[in-house]
Amino acid sequence: MNVISIACKNLKRKKIRSVLSIGGVAIAVAVLVSLLGFDKGYQESLTVNIDKMGYQLLVTAKGCPYEAATMMLKGGGGLRYMEQDIYEKIQSDIRIDKITPQLVSTVYDPDRLEGQGGFAMYMGIADSYLELKPWSKFESGGWFSSETAEEVIMGYEAAEVEQRLAGDKIFIANIDKVLTVVGIFERTGTQDDGIIFLPLKTMQEIFSLPDKLSGVGIKLKDIQEIGDFEEDLYNEPGIQIISMAQVRGTILNLVSSAKVMANSVAIIAIFIAVIGVVNTILMSVFERTKEIGVMKAIGASALDIFKLIWTETILVCTVGGILGSIFALLGSGIVENIIKRILPYAPSGQLVLISPSLLFSAFIGAIILGIFSGIYPAWRASSMRPVEAIRAGE
Amino acid sequence: MSELIVKAEKLTKVYELFAEEIAAVNNVDLEITSGEFISIMGPSGSGKTTLLDMIGCLESITSGRLEILGQDVSTMAESRLVNIRRGTIGFIFQDFSLIPTLTALENVQLASYFGGTSQKSHNLTVFLEKVGLGHRINHLPKQMSGGEKQRVAIARALAAQPKFLLADEPTGHLDTENSQEILNVFKQLNQEENLTIIVATHDQGLGSQTKRKIYLQDGKIILQ
Repeated sequence: MNVISIACKNLKRKKIRSVLSIGGVAIAVAVLVSLLGFDKGYQESLTVNIDKMGYQLLVTAKGCPYEAATMMLKGGGGLRYMEQDIYEKIQSDIRIDKITPQLVSTVYDPDRLEGQGGFAMYMGIADSYLELKPWSKFESGGWFSSETAEEVIMGYEAAEVEQRLAGDKIFIANIDKVLTVVGIFERTGTQDDGIIFLPLKTMQEIFSLPDKLSGVGIKLKDIQEIGDFEEDLYNEPGIQIISMAQVRGTILNLVSSAKVMANSVAIIAIFIAVIGVVNTILMSVFERTKEIGVMKAIGASALDIFKLIWTETILVCTVGGILGSIFALLGSGIVENIIKRILPYAPSGQLVLISPSLLFSAFIGAIILGIFSGIYPAWRASSMRPVEAIRAGE
Repeated sequence: MSELIVKAEKLTKVYELFAEEIAAVNNVDLEITSGEFISIMGPSGSGKTTLLDMIGCLESITSGRLEILGQDVSTMAESRLVNIRRGTIGFIFQDFSLIPTLTALENVQLASYFGGTSQKSHNLTVFLEKVGLGHRINHLPKQMSGGEKQRVAIARALAAQPKFLLADEPTGHLDTENSQEILNVFKQLNQEENLTIIVATHDQGLGSQTKRKIYLQDGKIILQ
C-alpha cells in the first residue's frame, strides 16, 4: 500500500466527478497542445513552402505586394500582369544566379471535382524553371518538346484530380483547347502539386496574354545583396519586388493575431480546468472531513494527509494531461482541416505538428498544473485538527 | 510489573458555547496502568468522549497535566502528538469509521502504513484472524455486518501495534449479540495479550464486564 494506490481508490469513489475533472483538464491540454502544434507546424510548413518556391525575390506587377506573394504561394489567379520586357531587362544583372518567368491563370471548370466544379490552375514556365527547382522530378514522362508545344506537365495532385497519365489528352474548359500530357511531376508537398504547367509561350498564346508575365522569380548569387538589388529596381515603373523572407514574416504576423486569440482561449480553458480540479478536490476533502480526522487519529501526520490530497490532484491532472495529449494527436487531422478552412492562407504540408517533445512538455505541464492546484486543498485537509474533523463529520 | 500508561492530574477541558464556558472535563485525576480493562461510564454529556479524546491526544487540554507513557502531552504541539498517537494508541469509533473504498485488509494496511509499521499484507491478516475475520479479508465494509465492521476496526487499531486501545461507544451501533462478540474480543485481547483497553460507554452491560469502572458526571469522576 502506498499513497498513490490510496489516492487512486479515493478518486474512484466519485467516478463521475473524477472523470469530469479529468475531462476538463484533458480538453484544456488538448486545445493547448493543438495550438502549440499548429504554431510549430504552420511556421515549418510555410518555411518549406517558401523555400521550395526556389527563389528569394519575386518581381510582380505593381499592387499589394503581399497579396501578390500570397496569391503566388497559393498559386491563385486574379494577378495583375506585367510586360515581359522587364524580364529581358533584369535577367542580364550579374548579381542574379537564377531567374525564371512565370505566367499564372485560372480557369473555372464546371466538370472538375466529379461535377462539383472548381478552378484549375495553369502556369506558363520556361526551361529555367527546373534550374530554380532542381528537386522537381518526374513521376512519369518528361519536359516539353519545344517552347511552343501544345503540351502540359501536371503536378502530382492535379494529375490525380484530373485522372491523367503521361500521354493522355487534357481539355482546357472555356478556352476549348486540347493539350497533351507529356509529364507528371513527383509530389513536392507544395502548391506546385496542384498546378498544370505549360510552356510559357504556349500559355501566353492560349490565354491571349501575349508578352505578359505574372511574376519573375529570382535567386541571387549572394543573399546579402537583396537590399541593394531591391533598391535598384525600386524606380522601375509598373513593377514591385518582394522578398520571400518578408512574405514569410508578414504571413506569420497575420497569423499571429489569430494565434494570440486562440492562445488566450487555451489559457482560459486551463484556468477553468484548474478551478474545476480545485473545486473537485476541495469538495472531496470536505466530504471526507471525518475520514481525514480518523486517518489522523490512527497515525497519519499532516504531511501524510497533504501528500495524499496532493497526489489525488496531481493524478487527476496527469491523467488529464495524458488523455489531452492523446486527443490532440488523434484530433490533429480535424484541427488541421478546420484551420485550413478558416485561415486566408494555409501552406501545404502538416499544419499541426505534434512532436514528442511537445507531448512531453504537455505531460510535465499537466503535472505542474496538478502540483499548483493541489496545494490549497491539500493544505486545507492537512491543517484540520483531528478531533474537530471527526466531530464535523458526525 | 505494571507500567503507568496514563496519568492525569486535575485534567480540565473547557468549551466556550455562546460566550458561556462549559467544563466538559473538570479536574479529573486518573491513573491507568498496563493490562487494565477500564470502562468510563456516565450519561450523555458527562464528558466520557472528551476525556477519551484527551487521553488519545486528539483533544487539547485547557488546564491540568496529562502524561502518556511518562511523556507530558499537556502542551505538546500537534506535530509531536502525531508521534505519540502513532504506535501508542489504537482508536475504535462508535460508527466504525472504516474507509468505504478499501477492503478489510486494506483498512488494516492503512493503519499500518500511517502508523509507520508498514507490515506486509500477509503479516497483517493475523490481526483480522485474531478478531475472527480471516475469511473476510477481501470484503468491502458495505459487504459486512455492523459487528464485522467493528471487528475490522479493532484489527485496524491493533495493526499499528499500540500500547493501549481507546474505544468510544464501540457497541453503540450494534445489537446485543454483536455487542457481546466485540466485548469477547476485547476480553480476549486484554487477557491473552495483556493489552490495556479503555472503553467509553453508557452500555451498563458492557461496563459491568470490565475489570475497572469509572463513572463520570458533569465532567467529574464521581465513582471508581
